[in-house]
Amino acid sequence: MLQIDLWKRVLIWAVCALGLLLAMPNAFYQKVEVRNDAVAAIEMGQSGNELEEQAASWPSFLPSGLVNLGLDLRGGAHLLAEVQVADVYEARIKSLWPEIRDLLRQERATIGTIRLQPSPADELRVKISEPAQIQQAATLVRGLARPVTSLSGALQNDIDVATEGDTIVVQLSEAEKLATDERTVQQALEIIRRRIDEVGTREPTIQRQGSDRILIQVPGIGSAAELKDIIGTTAQLTFHPVVGRGSDAEQSPGAGNDIFPSLDEEGVYYIVESAPVVTGEELVDAQPSFDQNGQPAVSFRFNPTGARKFGDYTAENIGSPFAIVLDNEVVSAPVIQAHISGGSGIITGRFSVEETTNLAVLLRAGALPAGLTFLEERTIGPELGQDSIDAGRIACIVAFGAVLVFMFLSYGMFGLFANIALILNVGLIFGLLSMIGGTLTLPGIAGIVLTIGMAVDANVLVFERIREELKTSKGPARAIDLGYEKALSAILDANITTFITAVILFAVGSGPVRGFAITLGLGILTSVFTAIFVTRLMIVMWFERRRPKTIEV
Amino acid sequence: MRRLRLVPQDTKWDFFSRPALWLGISGALMVAAMVSFFIQGLNFGIDFRGGTTIRTDSAQEVVVSDYRAAIDPLGLGDVTITEVFDPTFDEDQHVTMIRIQAQEGSESVSADLIRDVEAALKTVVPDISFVSVESVGPKVSGELIKTAAIAVLLAIGAVLIYIWLRFEWQFALGAVAALIHDVVLTIGVFSELQIRFDLAIIAALLTIVGYSLNDTVVVFDRVRENLRKYKKLDLKEVLNLSINETLSRTVMTSVTTLLALISLFVLGGDVIRGFVFAMIWGVIVGTYSSVFIASAVLLKLGVKRDWSKPSNTGGNQFANIDA
Repeated sequence: MLQIDLWKRVLIWAVCALGLLLAMPNAFYQKVEVRNDAVAAIEMGQSGNELEEQAASWPSFLPSGLVNLGLDLRGGAHLLAEVQVADVYEARIKSLWPEIRDLLRQERATIGTIRLQPSPADELRVKISEPAQIQQAATLVRGLARPVTSLSGALQNDIDVATEGDTIVVQLSEAEKLATDERTVQQALEIIRRRIDEVGTREPTIQRQGSDRILIQVPGIGSAAELKDIIGTTAQLTFHPVVGRGSDAEQSPGAGNDIFPSLDEEGVYYIVESAPVVTGEELVDAQPSFDQNGQPAVSFRFNPTGARKFGDYTAENIGSPFAIVLDNEVVSAPVIQAHISGGSGIITGRFSVEETTNLAVLLRAGALPAGLTFLEERTIGPELGQDSIDAGRIACIVAFGAVLVFMFLSYGMFGLFANIALILNVGLIFGLLSMIGGTLTLPGIAGIVLTIGMAVDANVLVFERIREELKTSKGPARAIDLGYEKALSAILDANITTFITAVILFAVGSGPVRGFAITLGLGILTSVFTAIFVTRLMIVMWFERRRPKTIEV
Repeated sequence: MRRLRLVPQDTKWDFFSRPALWLGISGALMVAAMVSFFIQGLNFGIDFRGGTTIRTDSAQEVVVSDYRAAIDPLGLGDVTITEVFDPTFDEDQHVTMIRIQAQEGSESVSADLIRDVEAALKTVVPDISFVSVESVGPKVSGELIKTAAIAVLLAIGAVLIYIWLRFEWQFALGAVAALIHDVVLTIGVFSELQIRFDLAIIAALLTIVGYSLNDTVVVFDRVRENLRKYKKLDLKEVLNLSINETLSRTVMTSVTTLLALISLFVLGGDVIRGFVFAMIWGVIVGTYSSVFIASAVLLKLGVKRDWSKPSNTGGNQFANIDA
């Protein structure tokens, strides 16, 4: 009766102590935060006396995990972007044209002349002048297909080739589209991460959501518009063969070609082949520099594949112009003077030094493979977040005080035990939150306040039960024992059902709602732990010392 | 030492003396809630219907008509401007919430729109600052409604199954009837008072589901125990006895939770006030429904009394694992 093994006692207190230890850094939030930032900076390779000093300001043997503050408390920007995965299909399918053209030209004797037909963006239509040979031509084109390199569609080809009368229709296969989508989103995610890292802000969240969405949360940034500028600026560098030059933006460029305006010559338009010779994706480096006239410029270097393509192209096309295109504007269109073999080059234009620096950064980070549509954006100012924290803190303290007083008035000594457990409980929630790196949001604070209210429930259940058992006068020790035993099923059932809803909230909800689910769920775990083990242990210890003949609950 | 007692000791109140009255009141309230919901509709926040909200802060007194005059020329359709008052504000803090409807024909959020509105307001109130700007495109808001509804239904379904496994199907139905009662009444209050209904309110709704359940389960747990203890007692008597025995606990827990929530409601600032209001309402309604609705449904459905025979309902095989 009323016995708890020593090892259990030690374990219970150890868990409490550990929880409080983990929670402690949060009491010195700013100090620990400065220290953590300094440590992170030193790890990144920075150094300096001030950093060393800051890093040493918090003893390293103490835990330094902090509860992350959500955007609604810290202020910052939140964006939900949808990657326009279909954008890539067009580029992908168009890049097939030179290959198909060269292939079919070799067979001119049998299939006749070939011609690219106008078509929707995601397919390629090639008309041949000998309709009788259409099947042979289609077979040739099918020979270009490659197996898709994804697990699910391993046996499928990347292109579907069909025939319609005298026309060959080439489309990306479904498997290839899926694989492309996957690649596009991964690439976009990586590029967004790099761009945000270049700016260097604290703890950005960049997450994939669903098949084609990316969630971006950056604390401390001024506005969502600023964030969009950082990630939305494209720098898509491509090199195209030039077909012609003109001054009419409306003229038809012809199938397989595009018309782009010149960047610095007003009213000049270039007609270029849509399929680029090389793209910025094959760049390995870009640096701001100066050209031979001392004008700001950007020098770049290709990777081996890019260098080879570029070298082959320049060798074959000496004397013809090619266009350097940046975000669908022609930066310059020099005439190829010689075979450029080294795989490096320089972009000149009317740039300022600052522009070349930015351009180099953007080129290094790589271009977004597809456009982004912003579905949701939120900016929360830091003042509002601070107001919320202050209000939440006061509310928590008042709620806490009210519950403590009420419990003491209702249950006396036992109420006091419950109160100590309640304080431990809140400490444990913070400890757990710090440990798992959870995020505290405004609804999360509400979750804690709710837990304060509900945490006493398990204790109330037990105490009421002990009161009842005392009525049947079995003696205090037996009554306490029975009280815990009989209240247990109600405590478990009640908390498991609430826990189920917390789990569902966590799984289905997003952002602030998820923050609420976390604190609610953790609160249930800690309150059951404190009620079943901690208060019980305190009561047992008290009972062992006093050995009261009667107790009053 | 004298103890604070909210409920007298050993109550023997009859909670089922006028079942028609309580069910009638609840039924009428639920009908009223639904009528309000269908006629007036919920005051959906931008989470659910798309659009933009801008929270402004200025040291100058707010003249709503000035704000409106600045924004109207932009032709943005439905724009609501409300001044926010809150005891936690400083004296020279004047806050408004401006809500702009989702713009026709755009799936995404337009940065220009926000820039234009901010510029227009700056000309009228030079010291204005925009403490939060939130935009949700119509595409996402549609999905948010769907996931929110799924979340609530999932929660109710999961709970139904859990209680069915732990108790009997009659208990599960009783608990779920109480839950639906609570959710409907909460939605009714939000539609009647036109409090803004956003994503956080869904979290509140689910908490209400959790809380109400907590209460119901505690009562049911005692019912289960008493059914075994008093095999000959009438079901109605057993229910009454169980509710009376747990009444002190029910009230205690509700009061501590309300104490905490009310302090948050008063002091927590206006941003989460709607959320906290939903929870306060839910605690009150949830406490009421676990006593009057869940048990009344259980009484109507009846319960298998003879526990000596093996059950073929399949429901109670898990029932007694730790009781």
